[in-house]
Amino acid sequence: MSAPTPKPTSPLGEMTGPGRFSLVGHALPWLVIAAFYFLVDDYLGLGTQVMIWVLFALSLDLALGYAGIVTLGHAAFYGLGAYAAGIFSIHVSQDPILGHFFAIGVTALFGLLSGALILHTTGVTFLMLTLVIVSIMFEIGNQARGLTGGDDGLQGIRLDPIFGVFDFDLWGHTAYIYTAVVLFIWFVIAWRLVHSPFGRSLDGIRQNARRMRAIGTPVWWRLLAIYTISAAMAGSAGALSAHATKFVGLSVLSLLTSGVVTVMLILGGTRRLYGAFIGAAIYYIVQEWTAQISPYFWEFVVGIMLIATVLFLDGGLMELGDRGARLLGGRRRAGGGE
Amino acid sequence: MSAPMALSVRGLSKNFGAISVAKSIDVDLEAGARVGLIGPNGAGKTTFVNLLTGFIRPDAGEISLGGERIEGLKAEERVRRGLARTHQINTLLTEENARDNVAIAIAEREKFAWRMMRCKPQWRQCLEEAQARLEAIGAGAIGDRRVSLLPYGQQRLLEIAIGLALKPRVLLLDEPAAGIPSSETHLIHEALDRLPADIAILIIEHDMDVIFRFAKEIIVLFQGAVLMRGAPADIAADPQVRAVYLGRTVV
Ligand SMILES: Nc1ncnc2c1ncn2[C@@H]1O[C@H](COP(=O)(O)OP(=O)(O)OP(=O)(O)O)[C@@H](O)[C@H]1O
Ligand SMILES: [Mg+2]
Repeated sequence: MSAPTPKPTSPLGEMTGPGRFSLVGHALPWLVIAAFYFLVDDYLGLGTQVMIWVLFALSLDLALGYAGIVTLGHAAFYGLGAYAAGIFSIHVSQDPILGHFFAIGVTALFGLLSGALILHTTGVTFLMLTLVIVSIMFEIGNQARGLTGGDDGLQGIRLDPIFGVFDFDLWGHTAYIYTAVVLFIWFVIAWRLVHSPFGRSLDGIRQNARRMRAIGTPVWWRLLAIYTISAAMAGSAGALSAHATKFVGLSVLSLLTSGVVTVMLILGGTRRLYGAFIGAAIYYIVQEWTAQISPYFWEFVVGIMLIATVLFLDGGLMELGDRGARLLGGRRRAGGGE
Repeated sequence: MSAPMALSVRGLSKNFGAISVAKSIDVDLEAGARVGLIGPNGAGKTTFVNLLTGFIRPDAGEISLGGERIEGLKAEERVRRGLARTHQINTLLTEENARDNVAIAIAEREKFAWRMMRCKPQWRQCLEEAQARLEAIGAGAIGDRRVSLLPYGQQRLLEIAIGLALKPRVLLLDEPAAGIPSSETHLIHEALDRLPADIAILIIEHDMDVIFRFAKEIIVLFQGAVLMRGAPADIAADPQVRAVYLGRTVV
């Protein structure tokens, strides 16, 4: 932040996006995911859940973090993806890959249509509309018992082996790897997106939509595009959840689900992608700990963590990493970065 | 009728509730024009720019850019056709550095801002052009600096650099010198002097030094209506103009 360079010293052509990572930083989360598989065999189910929430938080990061779309409605996509995958396996085909693509398609379409309806609004109006949509979805999920099982949840999901080979075993080995692979694919997509010209324009829209209009950006279309992609990603997370647990509870469509994923993202840090990883993991770990003491204590701790993060760590827990790196003398960010 | 005007406005009108902020305004800018738009606070100058650029919808009127009617187009489509503006209050991407602010505009102009892949070579070209454009306006040194940390005068220059980066045929400058300490106004003067000759420019300013240096023709707006237009010398001498405006403001 100090000592501005008079002439450009950083090589032009670098696409300096927010938060650029060293190789070690890149490898770390994936090494943890791999190590967890071999070392903590008893908790694979938990690990799978965390990765699903990571993916969900990642989807929210694209919309909320990068594009500045302030939504509390992402549970609508997550829940829709879960129900779509579950219902598909019961009524159409037990092929998990087919069901997963079906869920992604349905949520993308729903993101596109609902986005087209509400994205011309901003701020509180938009926030309220996302709440309305998620509430309507919840009520539909509740009422359409024949299809969704209502508040009993959707049961009877059966899946064929993935590619006809990898059976969903009782211990969750297949589900874990399946989730890790899907997460990795989405991560690569998200990474490319946010470092593309498209991603830069979204970041610009978040900072100043009026500026972007003045340079000829079709703001509404850009937002609709990322909203649709983000919805598809959240739907994919929902599909993973349906497949991994072979169950869909009505709570996937609840407002609380939207709230939890938002807390995770803010805790970990928005606009860093890996923030979603840290946020979801910490959330789960602390939950496990404190819930043993008392369920109320858990809520208290989450509240404190969130307040502390917002007050002291502008960029979420990921900021800690940045500060550590700066202390070690490795200035990762270019002069203009932050 | 020979070559069409760079910008031609007929009967442009807008009411905000009971207040009429644009009363059937007619304006023509030929290619390379240097026209000043002056008027007291609240005269409707910024509103006029907003109407031209599509940030606000007019109630009535026609706007033609190079002979093509544009009043039905969205703001971004007008930019694409060559109508750019700057803002009275800095409207910049404050978390980016200055060069990226310009580069993002160039990416949009070159129509690859939709690309969802990295496009390193194109982006490098954008950055190089952005740096060149900053240098051309006398702000080459700020390329690397985060906009929120730039002095106000440099931010005003950046506004102009972004407008020029869009390669407009008409550029509307809304008070480019507003809020700049007098020690830095020379920066704006120099930047204005260096504007490409073929671009038609409408400049709004309260600083009469800037207007009389730069404009070949002046339009006086008062309560949303064109009060008078003419050569700078005639405007300065006009008693009516002095009464509503110059008499109070000019030093
Ligand atoms: N969005 C709006 N809604 C209602 N009234 C508005 C709006 N925008 C501007 N006005 C009013 O329209 C009038 C013209 O405003 P405008 O900003 O165009 O003036 P201006 O000539 O640019 O003034 P200044 O020299 O102070 O920049 C003012 O009375 C202002 O209060
Ligand atoms: Mg104004």
